Amino acid sequence: MTLAEVARGQTIRIRAIESAEIRSQALRLGLGVGATAVCEAIIPRGPIVLTRARQEIAIGRQLAQSIHIDVIS
Amino acid sequence: MTTETLIPSTPSPAVGDRKLVLVGNPNVGKSVFFNALTGLYVDVSNYPGTTIDVSRGRHGAFAVMDTPGVYGVGSFNDEERVARDIVLAADVILNVVSAATLERDLFLTLQLADMGIPLVIALNQMDEAERHGVTIDVAALAERLGVPVVPCVAIAGLGLEEVKAALDTARVAPDDPALAALLATVPGDGSRAERLLVLEGDEVVSERLGVHDAAQRDAVYGTRRDRVNAIAEAVSRHRDAGVQLSVTIGRWLLNPWLGALSALVVMAALYFVIGDVVAQRVVGVTEGEWMAGKYEPWMRGAVAAVVPDNWLREILVGEFGVLTMTVTYIFGLLLPLVVGFYLFLAFLEDTGYLPRLAVLMDRGLSAIGLNGRAVIPLIIGFGCVTMATITTRLLGTQREKTIATAILGLTIPCSAQLGVILGLLAKTGAAWTWAVYGATMFVVLVAVGTILDRLLPGKSSSLLIDLPPLRLPQWRNVLRKTWTKSVAFLQEAIPLFVLAALLVGVMKVTGALANVTTWLAPLVVGLLHLPREAASAFIMGLIRRDFGAAGLTDMALAPAQIVVALVVITLFVPCIASVVVIYKERGWKEGTLLWVGSWVLAFAIGGVLARLIGA
Repeated sequence: MTLAEVARGQTIRIRAIESAEIRSQALRLGLGVGATAVCEAIIPRGPIVLTRARQEIAIGRQLAQSIHIDVIS
Repeated sequence: MTTETLIPSTPSPAVGDRKLVLVGNPNVGKSVFFNALTGLYVDVSNYPGTTIDVSRGRHGAFAVMDTPGVYGVGSFNDEERVARDIVLAADVILNVVSAATLERDLFLTLQLADMGIPLVIALNQMDEAERHGVTIDVAALAERLGVPVVPCVAIAGLGLEEVKAALDTARVAPDDPALAALLATVPGDGSRAERLLVLEGDEVVSERLGVHDAAQRDAVYGTRRDRVNAIAEAVSRHRDAGVQLSVTIGRWLLNPWLGALSALVVMAALYFVIGDVVAQRVVGVTEGEWMAGKYEPWMRGAVAAVVPDNWLREILVGEFGVLTMTVTYIFGLLLPLVVGFYLFLAFLEDTGYLPRLAVLMDRGLSAIGLNGRAVIPLIIGFGCVTMATITTRLLGTQREKTIATAILGLTIPCSAQLGVILGLLAKTGAAWTWAVYGATMFVVLVAVGTILDRLLPGKSSSLLIDLPPLRLPQWRNVLRKTWTKSVAFLQEAIPLFVLAALLVGVMKVTGALANVTTWLAPLVVGLLHLPREAASAFIMGLIRRDFGAAGLTDMALAPAQIVVALVVITLFVPCIASVVVIYKERGWKEGTLLWVGSWVLAFAIGGVLARLIGA
């Protein structure tokens, strides 16, 4: 599934990020492939906010559709 | 300790120029270090070829340079490119790292370490980390990194002196064997730092060195992320500190309802501070009493004593005089507005509120080919469209810059104009005039954005931002930022305003201005159903948007006519200074298209509206 389908409060693990550029940028922020994060907030039809190591990262809806994840819990 | 750091270091020109460069992620308190190191004598200027402000100063034998806050150096955006080039020229780097977000910040640290440049780490915001329940073993971190690490709480002045003392002990981090092997595969004779950037796929540096196909970014970044995580894990201890109030408030702000409410409060505060206090009261004194009341008559007298009554005097001190109108405009109107606006913005920026607003606005802005970050230039537009057009530089792609510039030029009234517009709407005494005006602007904004989004090639960038923790801003930092930004803006804008005034002055002297007004008159009467004199109000609007609107105040207009006139005056491109900036930012082709397009659009929409509401 993609990050766009996540529900609030779920813990996810990143499986793949389609764009090479986004992959690098996300990696810098700590969201590499294999990283886990918690879905903190979802703006209806808008961005998804993830928390990882006390750090909040907002990801636009379109971008979230190109990030593949597994839900852990 | 805090007062000591205020004393400027003595510039010592005799000793060589060892370059000390400050590097860090956004919002880690880097500017506090820069200020403590350099004191009051700081030079802020545009980095050549870009639009990023870079501060320079001196600390003892060091020439100190600041860099924009970045998560890594490379070529992803202008900030990174500037940071990259400054870093490549550095002799010593002071890397400011937030203890509260070690996992994020150390990625940049390891990149700098891998570059082989002597490094000192200022481990800042130790107090914040502590509040979040994070304890960092500083000695272990220094040991792992192989460079000096100084714990600090910079805003409280703690650790600043220790950082200064540590600068002389800066060290090159030991080689990472795996990376060294990869680096050996990069051909060419670039420095170690340059070869690392080639390995990371930096196109610009690769081009400079003439090296191709050497990039292995995923491998380098992936390994670095693993190293960072291992170090962060090994040196930090976590305990449950509960949820901080700032975190709770931060989450509230992401709730659509509370977020919308907060946005309304911020906009109301903005309108009060800029639209009411600064644009009306302060400007009333600075422009009305000081400049127009005292300075201008004096200047006219002084020039009249030397220059005979001819075209030259007209250009110098006439209606659009370079020495009268322009000076009044810049110091009486623009200066207070710009300072007021940057003050408000610097305050907002330091609270960490803006990125959250960007998150909330992302959905709506995505529909018109922008992303949430565009909310910043759009807000600034309500202050000064010229200033906002310059800020569109922070947007990710050319198409976003074009869309934002078009929306700003067309639909956003600047604060000077907004006051007069609101005053005129209030004069109509009818609620429907507000609704029609507001709805027209909204429809045009959405239509322009949507159409441009369809027409322009390429794809707009998506939102991917880090939300900084909410903080109470430090006044010293806010004031300093306001000062440097205002100075930078005025340095850039003053020549443009002078040029614009000169242009209009020449048009007046040659009779071109009167001709344009005459040509425009039939259009104004026939198409817009407005009195002939409105034509000259529109032309005045070219010079200054609020002049145009103010010209309408004295005319006897029906409510419907007022709405039509205000719509036209808002839509056709802003004051001539912003036209100049649009040309400068977007090039002559796009600039001309936008300018001519705005005239056509303004009159077409005005004409339709006049028939719809029976003006």
